[in-house]
Amino acid sequence: MDTFLKIRGLKKHFGASRVLDGVDLEVARSSVTTIIGKSGIGKSVLLKCIANLLTPDAGEILLDGKSIARSRRGSKAQDGVSFSYMFQNNALFDSLTAFENIALPLLEATHLKPAEIREKVEAMLQNLELEDSAGRYPGELSGGMKKRVALARALITNPQVVLFDEPTTGLDPERKFSVFEMIADYRERFGFTALLVSHDIPEVFEISDRVAWLDGGVIKFFGKPSELNADAESGLSGFLNKANYGRSQQINTAGNRI
Amino acid sequence: MIRTFGRSALGAVSELGEISLFGFAALRGFFVQRRRVSKLIVAIHEVGVRCFPIVATVGLFTGLVMGLQLYYTLVKFGAESALGTAVALSLIRELGPVLTALMVVGQAGSAMASELGIQRNDEQIDALYTMSIDPKGFLVGPRLLAAVLCFPLLTAIFDLIGIFGGYLTGSVLLNVDSGVYWNRVFESVSLEDVQGGFIKALVFGFLTILICAYRGFNTHRKASFPGVRGVSESATRAVVWSSVTVLATDYLITSFLL
Repeated sequence: MDTFLKIRGLKKHFGASRVLDGVDLEVARSSVTTIIGKSGIGKSVLLKCIANLLTPDAGEILLDGKSIARSRRGSKAQDGVSFSYMFQNNALFDSLTAFENIALPLLEATHLKPAEIREKVEAMLQNLELEDSAGRYPGELSGGMKKRVALARALITNPQVVLFDEPTTGLDPERKFSVFEMIADYRERFGFTALLVSHDIPEVFEISDRVAWLDGGVIKFFGKPSELNADAESGLSGFLNKANYGRSQQINTAGNRI
Repeated sequence: MIRTFGRSALGAVSELGEISLFGFAALRGFFVQRRRVSKLIVAIHEVGVRCFPIVATVGLFTGLVMGLQLYYTLVKFGAESALGTAVALSLIRELGPVLTALMVVGQAGSAMASELGIQRNDEQIDALYTMSIDPKGFLVGPRLLAAVLCFPLLTAIFDLIGIFGGYLTGSVLLNVDSGVYWNRVFESVSLEDVQGGFIKALVFGFLTILICAYRGFNTHRKASFPGVRGVSESATRAVVWSSVTVLATDYLITSFLL
């Protein structure tokens, strides 16, 4: 496996609460890895540590073999690796239109000419069926539209690593699939490495190369989605059963789409 | 008790150092931003143009009240002809810079602290980090510079309107000779008085906007409560601390200038 992102013994605590207690994870280049786990277990904290938004208490994060400097913030210049982050609550700027939100990283952090930026943003808006919403402010958009604008902003810079924090929360099933398809499609086209946090089990497994189950501050399962066994007697099976995974597997075996 | 006092003193010194570094980082960050002029124009609109009506209104009423009060004081000594001197010097040396600063803190400073607090809670500031945009340079730097540019101008407007207000009550209402009033104004005001007022305006502008921005930007660390209450607390503390700072530095600067 061509490891692009390697996490070793990552620890992070908030007061007495040990959220990450020695996370080890290896993510292959241009793969989609999904982190699953209960709410509040530390999945977003893990993503934020990778994005350098939080400083880990211990451990190491290696990108392409080089350690991420703990003190450095930002994503573009992490040893030449470009990052993007799609936030759970979108983190769109209320005073900017959808178009301006998407164009922001290009305007502020690249040397592209305005005409090139416009062209790229318009193409992205078209890809995400957002052309009619380009001039609208986040407050005037539905939850699903906001998600798509946030997704467009995360992908507009053609990053090498994209961290998705629950990219489909609040979307209807049809939009969920279209977002997952788009992530898979963009990964195919641009070859970025994606790390997803998602509760959309089992839909998210369709685009995942690997699944990591975070529980008790450590990764307790890491493997292909096909290796997940909801019937086994383990904490993971309990979690998967609660997430309706066993039933959907049966549906899938019967020949219907998950 | 000594330990508590020592801890508080150390905390205060540490906070002062933090605020200074914050201001330095914001200014340094601004000068490496793209589209600096457009950002500065937006900030000038926020700090300067939007505050103009309230500064002008308060300036007028302050002048009107001063004209009345000083007239009835001066007339006891048969010195009502000195009304122009008293109104002009009080406004230019003291009341103009102080009241202008308090008005701008109430209007722009509180709004800025709230806006930055909401942006912090909504992860918009984190989003800027992930887009390789320095949030301090992007959000705070233009406002600090705008404050330095706008405060002296707003103070000058306050002073002029205030002196005119004094004329309205003193000459138009209470029959002090208008020629005497204006002659005393021009005779008594020296360049040093105007300079002193402007020095105060510059210092107040920088310090108040810095405190408001610092409180809003660090809502997640400084407020006692998370969420909306934290934002409200940040805005309140920003206004209170800025106002106290204005009065304390006013005393210090006046001591040095006199």
